[in-house]
Amino acid sequence: MTSNGTVVEVRGLKKHYPVRQGVFSRVAGSVRAVDGVSFSIARGRTFGLVGESGCGKTTCARAALRLVEPTEGDIFINGTNILSLSGKHLRRARRGFQIIFQDPYASLNPRMTVGAIIGEGLKVHRMASRRERRRRVTELLERVGLSAGAAGRYPHEFSGGQRQRIGIARALALSPAFLVCDEPVSALDVSISAQIINLLKDLQEETQMSYLFISHDLNLVEYICDEVAVMYLGRIVEQAHAEVIYERAMHPYTRALLAANPLPDPEKRREKILLGGAVPNPASPPQGCHFHPRCDAADEACRLQYPKLVEIGGGHLVACHMVDQKSKTSQ
Amino acid sequence: MSGRGDDNHKVLDVRGLCTRFFTSAGVARAVDEVALSLQRGKTLGLVGESGCGKSVTALSIMRLVPDPPGRITSGEILLDGQDLASLSEKRMREIRGREVAMIFQEPMTSLNPVFTIGNQLIEAIRVHEDLSKSQARRLALEMLERVGIPNPAERLSNYPHQLSGGQQQRVMIAMAISLNPRLLIADEPTTALDVTVQAQILKLLDELRREFSIGILFITHDMAVIAQTADDVAVMYAGRIVETADVFSLFKAPRHPYTRLLFESIPTEKARGSRLRTIKGTVPPLTHLPRGCNFQKRCPLAIERCIEEDPTLREIAGGHLSACHRAEEVEELMR
Repeated sequence: MTSNGTVVEVRGLKKHYPVRQGVFSRVAGSVRAVDGVSFSIARGRTFGLVGESGCGKTTCARAALRLVEPTEGDIFINGTNILSLSGKHLRRARRGFQIIFQDPYASLNPRMTVGAIIGEGLKVHRMASRRERRRRVTELLERVGLSAGAAGRYPHEFSGGQRQRIGIARALALSPAFLVCDEPVSALDVSISAQIINLLKDLQEETQMSYLFISHDLNLVEYICDEVAVMYLGRIVEQAHAEVIYERAMHPYTRALLAANPLPDPEKRREKILLGGAVPNPASPPQGCHFHPRCDAADEACRLQYPKLVEIGGGHLVACHMVDQKSKTSQ
Repeated sequence: MSGRGDDNHKVLDVRGLCTRFFTSAGVARAVDEVALSLQRGKTLGLVGESGCGKSVTALSIMRLVPDPPGRITSGEILLDGQDLASLSEKRMREIRGREVAMIFQEPMTSLNPVFTIGNQLIEAIRVHEDLSKSQARRLALEMLERVGIPNPAERLSNYPHQLSGGQQQRVMIAMAISLNPRLLIADEPTTALDVTVQAQILKLLDELRREFSIGILFITHDMAVIAQTADDVAVMYAGRIVETADVFSLFKAPRHPYTRLLFESIPTEKARGSRLRTIKGTVPPLTHLPRGCNFQKRCPLAIERCIEEDPTLREIAGGHLSACHRAEEVEELMR
């Protein structure tokens, strides 16, 4: 951790996938799944990444943990650039960052007992003797709201919500400073999802972990995140404190997303449809601003040049020519 | 709820519907004494968590419950007064698609991957309507255009995988409405879609409902979607309807503890900084439901009577029904 309390700092992160064509699998281009994303997360804070499917939020999170190898960029976790590490140094650093996944059915090995799943990290990192491990597993199970007896059972014996608790216990085992939550409650029913969200909040309070929280549920992100970044085709188009995003969003895409987001209140029915079309093919994104074909405000500049992500005050970042112009003229 | 006089406006009137699954673990009461009524041109939202019986209710109305192990054991399903529960399978086949149509969560699994969109649309139309191929094709084109598919003629020769999720759902909707049904059952139609596409599909369904005066039975677990689309709402828990009201009354003053807790477990900006309300425990297995109220073990308001006596759905205020012994106290006690 550096002096200003930043636990995670990602700079210019890129992940490009080659597109191969023809008999000789010639590289014909690339999909820029993540294209220059930067953000930082302070201790005990939650940073939300939102956007539609295919916008690159999951790839971004995985690249930030080196679960997929980034094409370019720097990732500092507790002051160490994890992209400069390899072999046993990288393995050791991995204790400090963990992930929980969306699908609690697919992310647990069905042939391992719950105890073995949760204790595996401790075993791999030789952080505890067998007896200590058993004690720690019991402790973790109880902390996430399961009984100690769960250790000897197998994942299929548990419901979706319980499995997500097992996934959380596994991530907690090594006391990480940074936890990626990739759609952790999307597969769960509301009442169960509320329990998991409360658990994540309590754990953060206790341990001061930093969360990177990925979700397509805008209401949930607003509830749980301190800061939010909106992604569109591999880039952050707007970023600000959660309240600012939800009350004073500037980017036309963020506004469209929020307008499309249904609120659980029939008194607030919205005039729907503001955004036509769908997300373009990421292998050939539109020239200029990626959003311009779906944007009502777009003009010539938007068709020619990708707008830079600029700060318009108070840590509010926006990548839009129109907003940029407005803020310049008003100054 | 309503007198006899306006019964003929009801496109769907389900009474005392019971669907049972006869399994090795026992008899599962998947749908238990369910009553629903839907007026022409309106949307009735059916909400509940997974396993509450909302999809089995839909399948029962379509008479598509897999038998064995499932069977409709009693009740009436009146479609414009005609009881679907007592029709022959042959007659039912004529009604499905033509008078009652259904769309699902996963449009990809409802479309056949080896046939073109055109092939499937035209086929579906010709099964029910005595039209020539070219007439059916013309109708298919018209429908695709109506549901907002760009270049419909080109799309007819596409295979399902060549379309995005949103477009596939549009094709399913085109297929569903092409024969001008009175009732459309939409089972989680937007759950797999992104919010912007969801908004487009919800708007489309709303337009079609008005234009063709279709009654829509909208099934979802998403309270926000219900708040935005439904006229009336029925909340289901462990096979039963526990509360039903118009959407405004329901969201303003829920009269069943389960509904109330469901609302409070939804994260919103209002809840920021505070913990979310949760519902303790889990849904009881449908094969071994408790005596008395099905919700009693998880209910913060449960009293002796709830363990002894099964609550029935009764009217609390004009058109607002709740199956709770303490319905009148819910608002005050759970504030």
